[in-house]
Formats: sequence, C-alpha cells, structure tokens
Amino acid sequence: MPVISRGFHGRKQTNQDRLPPGQYEVRDFPVLSAGPTPMVSTDDWEFTVVAESGTRRRWSWADLMALPSEQPTVDLHCVTKWSKFDTRWEGVSLDRLLEGVETTAAYALVHSYGGYTTNLPLEDLRHGRAWIAYRYDGADLSPEHGGPARLLVPHLYLWKSAKWVRGIELLAEDRPGFWEGAGYHSYGDPWREQRYRGD
Amino acid sequence: MARTALPGRLGERLRWRVATLAAHRDETAGARTLVLDVPAWPGHLPGQHMDVRLTAEDGYSTQRGYSLASAPGAERIELTVQQVDGGEVSPYLVAGMALGDQVEVRGPVGGWFVWRPESTEPVLLVGGGVGLVPLMSMIRTRRAEGSAAPFRLVYSVRAPADRLYLPELLDGTGTPTAVVHTRSAPEGSARPPSRLRAEDLTVHGWPAEQAPTCYVCGPTGFVEHAAGRLVALGHAPERIRTERFGPTGG
Repeated sequence: MPVISRGFHGRKQTNQDRLPPGQYEVRDFPVLSAGPTPMVSTDDWEFTVVAESGTRRRWSWADLMALPSEQPTVDLHCVTKWSKFDTRWEGVSLDRLLEGVETTAAYALVHSYGGYTTNLPLEDLRHGRAWIAYRYDGADLSPEHGGPARLLVPHLYLWKSAKWVRGIELLAEDRPGFWEGAGYHSYGDPWREQRYRGD
Repeated sequence: MARTALPGRLGERLRWRVATLAAHRDETAGARTLVLDVPAWPGHLPGQHMDVRLTAEDGYSTQRGYSLASAPGAERIELTVQQVDGGEVSPYLVAGMALGDQVEVRGPVGGWFVWRPESTEPVLLVGGGVGLVPLMSMIRTRRAEGSAAPFRLVYSVRAPADRLYLPELLDGTGTPTAVVHTRSAPEGSARPPSRLRAEDLTVHGWPAEQAPTCYVCGPTGFVEHAAGRLVALGHAPERIRTERFGPTGG
C-alpha cells in the first residue's frame, strides 16, 4: 500500500507517457553543477579521445567546427527530478568522432574542464545517441549550461551529459566518475529510475 | 575536483521510509520548517539532501529533493521549504500538510556538498535566500559537535523579513554571520542594498591565502555570481563547492 499524503492532490502531468518514473516537467532550464563555472575560451579548447592503447586523437575548436553537425531535438531527464521536453541542440555525433579510433574498450570515462568526470559504457556513446553539443536553442551554448561544448547523451540522466567536456578516456574496466563515486548509479537509465547505487 | 569518499550506507539500496509531520515552524512568510519523524533514519552528513515522495489518494505520485536543515543525530529530521508560487509540491508542504500527515522520504543523498565534523580547516559559507538551509545544517553540526573549525557565514537576502532561522541567528549560532541585503536594508544600515559584492566576501569571509573550503548555495544566478567573485578573489575553484536551486522545484 502506498503511503497517501493526506490533502495532496498534485498537478496531473500532461505528458505522462514521456515522463520517466518520478520525474516532472519543467519549462525553464535549471542549472546544476558542483563547483564554479569554468570559463573556457574556444582558443584554448581541445577535445581528445584516448584509447586504452594510449593512442590519442585531438580536435581543436576549428577542427570540431569543420565536422558535419547534427541538430537533435531531445528530452532531458535530470536526476533531481525535472525533465524538459523537445530541447534543440547542435553538435557533432560521437559516431563521427569515434570513427577510426581503434579500440576494444567497453567503457568510457568522460573528463571535463574543472575536473568533473562521468562514466558510461562506450556503446552508449555510439549509434546516434550522443553528441558533442555546442549550440542550444539556436544560440552558442552558454558557460553555465556547459559551453563552449558539452557531452549530450540524453537517454541517460543528465549528469552523464558532462558540461565543459574536454575528453574521453576509453577503458577496458569501468571506473566510476564524480557522482558515481559519491553514491549515484553507475549507468543512470531514467526509465528504470536508476538514480542511486543499488537502484 | 577530487572524488569524495563514500560513506558505506550509500552503497546499499536506498529505501523509501514513511515520514510523519511531528511539528512545524514558520520561518518567514513563505518558508516553513517541517519536523519529521522518520523511524530508523540512517543519519546524514550536514549538506546532504533527500528525496520526498508524495502520493495523492488517486494514486498520482511525484517526487522532489530537499536539503536537510537539521544536524545529524537529532531524533527527528528537519527540512525548510520555501513556497514556490504556482508550484505543485511546495504549497502543500508549506501550507497544506497538517501534523500527523505523511510523506515518504529516501536518503540521505549527495557526497560532495557536505561538511565533515572531523575537518578542522576554515570554512566560508555563502548562502542566498533559502540556500541557507544546508549551510545551517553545517552550522548546527559544528556547534553540536563542539568543533573548533573556524566558520564564517555571509548570508544574502532580499529584505530583513526574508531571513530564515531568525531567532537562532540573533541568539548566536557560534558562527560569525554577516547578513547582506540586496533590495532593502534595515534602517540605519551602513551598507546600501546591493547584490553581493567582492568586499562583502573579503570583509566577512576568509582571505584566499587561508584556503578555506567555500560552500555556496542559493538560486543559480546567486551561485554563479558568488562563486565567480570567490574565484576572482583568488580562491581555488576546487575549494568552492556549489549547490543550486533552480526557479523550479516547486
């Protein structure tokens, strides 16, 4: 039997079928991060993929801009309970960045400017499900939302979509990132409500 | 940004527990402290938060996260909730929930924005509005544990009536506190109302050379601003921990 909160009625969500369990819809775009917003100039920005062999591939901002971009429209689900529908992004697919990277790694550890990290299976970065995003809603991505560029991997809780992304380390063994090491779920599927370790 | 040590209990599955409203206190016109009885609450670290689940009679259910205001070890846990106009949950928690009513809670969660009572280094707390809540848990814990860690609090509010925990603040919390008013200051105040300024942090905080750990909590605009000022004053970004309240969350 669920515990009823007497006198609570709530507001029925209009898009219930698009909301993972325990989520509610917001219209604004809340900001959550663990420290000060790093200010990263596109002059200094670089993105690297380091394979388990140590082989390193590097892209400057100009390199990234020269790659064909995609414009995904996706729903976002934050572990703090809010979801935001139909967010419009522009960025480069990870499929393209991982093309030609020789690896048998099963896991990825994503690194950000400012020291943040997050882990996920490498498969989740493939198959048109992940991007290095640099524009949001028709404008350059603002620093507080992760600009100049962030990872966007919207089928997982938003903490996996690392802001201020600077590289991806490919690993044979899974290694917990910042929140994953502090009790949050290693995978973070919103539809299975994998918020915390053990969920 | 180093990874934090993980308390053992966070490794277990967090289960939902029934919480019963045992008492409440109005802190300001729109904020109320809820005192909850949670049998077998596993304890928490100051700064941690928890999930609250509300279920209506028709089975509709929703969740929100709230910071804990109380020091760990107390028999009952306390939350302070600011009512958000038009919000779905906060009007119920602040104005609708009666003594004896129940919600479910799950936690504690969060291993980064926490203060550990065994630490001795200086601490600067910078709170905006209801962002004082997790900082108050740290202040109360420090006092309850008899910690000698040097604490300072800079607390930004729009107007004097917005101050949370006023009797306790006036009575003295053991933490030197400077209140900064952004819209209207008390009569006779030497500081005209303004957004938090760098000198508020230099006069009432710790110099960067003392390498305090800084905890900044409040609405996003406040946190961006305050954390930016601290970095500009020379505080190392990795010593600045932030927690943000969006305008949503109602």
